Amino acid sequence: MLSNREKELLIELWDKLALVAEDIGSEALLRMFTAFPKTKTYFEHLDLSPRSEHLRSHGKKIVLALAEGTRDISTPLFTENLGYLGRFHAYQLRIHPTNFKILNHCMLVTIACYMGEDFGPAVHAATDKYLSAFSALLAEKFR
Amino acid sequence: MVEWTQEERVIIKEIFSKLNYEDVGPKSLCRILVVYPWTQRYFAHFGNLYNPEMILANPKIANHGVVVFRGLEMAVQNMDNIKNTYADLSKLHSEKLHVDPDNFQLLADCITIVIATKMRSAFTPEKQATWYKFLSVVVSALSKQYF
Repeated sequence: MLSNREKELLIELWDKLALVAEDIGSEALLRMFTAFPKTKTYFEHLDLSPRSEHLRSHGKKIVLALAEGTRDISTPLFTENLGYLGRFHAYQLRIHPTNFKILNHCMLVTIACYMGEDFGPAVHAATDKYLSAFSALLAEKFR
Repeated sequence: MVEWTQEERVIIKEIFSKLNYEDVGPKSLCRILVVYPWTQRYFAHFGNLYNPEMILANPKIANHGVVVFRGLEMAVQNMDNIKNTYADLSKLHSEKLHVDPDNFQLLADCITIVIATKMRSAFTPEKQATWYKFLSVVVSALSKQYF
């Protein structure tokens, strides 16, 4: 459950991250593929080398979707605007659910490196909760 | 048996050599207590854990943070024998402290995030991968003596 203060912190954070979406997104993916090689099995169709165009454009998509969700999370608008992502992950991508946690962790590490000590405990907690909630919505239609 | 390459050993020792336990210790504990509040059940006797500021000002947390990192140091100094090095610690967490071992991974993740805020771009994907491997071995060893 996100408090109002946490929602404010999230919007503030993700508005900043959206401006560097390609950098943040591609780094999070690169960290995931390096530390958790099994996640690469979902991306055989992409060039995953550092700074590749595929990595940057895919990373950008992810960060922009996460940024968009901060305003609508916990409201019906979330399903209205981002529901297609749920259907996509369930029926087409069919990702094993444990992988959401892995990407979420790598996203947190990327943000921590990017922001340094400005990424304090309160915004860390809010972001962790948000990413978990977002993942749960993405996995809703899995079965 | 865990195999470590020479490069991995260097990375782990290098990361550790830069850590100020009095700084990262309490910060890591603060993170787990705030981000995963159910872990506060193990620290009820520490007094005021009401919010991040109170947690960081709490002398028992300050002390315990250093204890945790001194414990991790044991693993760094015995990388080829972490399981046996932690046998007693594992028993302690299981039989005396009654800690759910699923929480060990959460603390590992919080420690990783705190180190990332310190090292920033120096915490490369490759170093993150090695660090994760190290903490996974630690978590597994700590979870071994649960029956």
